[in-house]
Amino acid sequence: MGTQPAMKKTSKIRVLIAKPGLDGHDRGAKVIARALRDAGFEVIYTGLHQTPEMIINAAIEEDVHVVGLSILSGAHNALVPEVIEGVKKAGADDVLFLVGGIIPDEDMEALKKCGVQMVFTPGASIDGVIDYIKTHVKERPVT
Amino acid sequence: MEDQKFKSELEKWKKKLADHERKNPPLKKRFSTLSDMEVPLMCTPEEMKDFDYTRDLGFPGEFPYTRGVHTNMYRGKMWTMRQFSGFGTAEDTNQRYKILLERGQQGLSVAFDMPTLMGLDSDSPLSKGEVGKCGVAVDTLADMEVLFDGIPLGDITTSMTINSPAPVLLAMYVAVAEERGVSKDKIRGTLQNDILKEYIAQKEWIFPPKPSMRLVADTLEYCTKELPNWNTISISGYHIREAGATAVQELAFTLADGIAYVQAGVDRGLDVDEFAPRLSYFWDVHNDFFEEIAKFRAGRRMWAHIMRDRFKAKNPRSWMLRTHAQTAGVSLTAQQPLNNIARVTIQGLAAVLGGTNSLHTNSMDETLALPTEQAVMVALRTQQIIAEESGVSNVVDPLGGSYFVEWLTNKVEAEAYAYIKKIDELGGMMEAIDKGYPQSEIANAAYHFQRQLETKEKVMVGVNKHQVDESARSIDVLYIDRAVEERQVRKVEEIRKKRDKKKVEATLQELKRACEGSENTMPHILNCVKAYATVQEICDVMKKVFGSYRDPGMF
Repeated sequence: MGTQPAMKKTSKIRVLIAKPGLDGHDRGAKVIARALRDAGFEVIYTGLHQTPEMIINAAIEEDVHVVGLSILSGAHNALVPEVIEGVKKAGADDVLFLVGGIIPDEDMEALKKCGVQMVFTPGASIDGVIDYIKTHVKERPVT
Repeated sequence: MEDQKFKSELEKWKKKLADHERKNPPLKKRFSTLSDMEVPLMCTPEEMKDFDYTRDLGFPGEFPYTRGVHTNMYRGKMWTMRQFSGFGTAEDTNQRYKILLERGQQGLSVAFDMPTLMGLDSDSPLSKGEVGKCGVAVDTLADMEVLFDGIPLGDITTSMTINSPAPVLLAMYVAVAEERGVSKDKIRGTLQNDILKEYIAQKEWIFPPKPSMRLVADTLEYCTKELPNWNTISISGYHIREAGATAVQELAFTLADGIAYVQAGVDRGLDVDEFAPRLSYFWDVHNDFFEEIAKFRAGRRMWAHIMRDRFKAKNPRSWMLRTHAQTAGVSLTAQQPLNNIARVTIQGLAAVLGGTNSLHTNSMDETLALPTEQAVMVALRTQQIIAEESGVSNVVDPLGGSYFVEWLTNKVEAEAYAYIKKIDELGGMMEAIDKGYPQSEIANAAYHFQRQLETKEKVMVGVNKHQVDESARSIDVLYIDRAVEERQVRKVEEIRKKRDKKKVEATLQELKRACEGSENTMPHILNCVKAYATVQEICDVMKKVFGSYRDPGMF
């Protein structure tokens, strides 16, 4: 065994994977939650059928760096802005917002305008998501 | 003598193969099905040593139905072409249904929107953004009247994909038929009504498993007595597979659900041969051609044995696994969407060679949105081409006797039985769900497959191989605008104003009383819908008595 490289002291990246709305398609959310955990992130998964309010509360309580919203029912335009506004209003203004699911091209711009940094559509690779989070998450001072 | 000759020839050939592969190694180290089941290079009579034709296959229309449930299969009765559809308001969907019937589709299949699936009205705060998006919005009997306006209910069959609120939507269908003077024995169709797979995979639930199973038993009993030609439960592997299960898991968990429903009927005091003939199945049909065909064949053989040997059913109709199939939504790609037509063709062909009795072929654009009319037409035409041009429907079970297909059928069957044994040991499917067993097996399989995609061990053309730049996507998609929600909300508000409030209250009270006791809830639900109580009002009354279910959120 060689010597361990000196670890840079940073807090673990905390990610909330959330399922807003009524759709029960949680295959993607679960796969990504597990992949992020395996990649060393701290992952909180809300479970299904969450209202925007429940997701906002979870994001604030868990003090997450990243909120990943998984939605496949077409209700994204109604639900995503509400979550982002709520989280920001509660004072967390450095959270990285990601959306995964079935999002028509026409809706991409509106989602980005309301604060979604990246939308991952079917076929996105896990490693792509991991890399994206690592390069875009906002550093926070270690407490 | 012949046998000796075969053995020595086989040995010689195996040596030759080894030499060949030393110089020309195979392209991959391991060859496996989509579900990652390792397959041999080929099968020979060696794999058929224990094969017994009458025991393992039998003749079409005879036990154990491996070759199909009908004596002359598609020569006598083509499979039903049934395209699942529903979007927007009842008016929108009614128009689509009329077009589908004009084009030669034989049965309807209703897709409800998320609020309806969850027992919510369109004006519930929880329904925001979801109304009419993934299916048609139905709040009251008034919507159902419009949905089937001008459609001859006595002549067509209707399938309804609805589970937790299934008794409510069934009651609405019965009420519409009654208004039109269609007698109960003329009502034909299928209610999905498969609540167990909701906890396992699709996750559109309202009540906890136990009261939900009571509602299933209520509909089972009601239909057995009142609707002799109605299929009471469509025991569905589809959603289990789409959630990431392997072919074997789909088969095993679905048959285990079937076992639980039959047991529930028996526990209700029904004679198994009275209700079992009206149970049907619903398989997913994915890309791996032979694995799917083996699954369909193994499923029929297993169900025949389960019903005859385990439940002692005597009526051959109770032994038959009749099935609908739908091509795999999860196999479709948003990338290069026209490629999906090729996938659907392969899958549809597998379902037919597997002996399906009914088929939905997916539209090429379904990973992007609900399908456009043109995409739906191509999908229906795909199965019409299989039926009327390819010639495959001329011959019953043409792959029967293939060394490989029989080997694979046996293997799929053996592995599925091992799962069923495990579920029996856990105390049955209800217990297994409670322990999260099928859920975690599926999540593991989904994760394994995703990892195989990442390493390119498994290929999705256009996704992890053969990609092209698609910055300008060239396919029209169907867009449901927010006006649909506003229209639907106004409509339910108007109905609430117009109806006889006292009658609504009284019928809901009666339903509550029935829920608290043990009598069948169906007649009471029927009274509620006839009084124009909404889906949510009815479900809320039941929720008060039964409680609600929450996602344990495991991953």
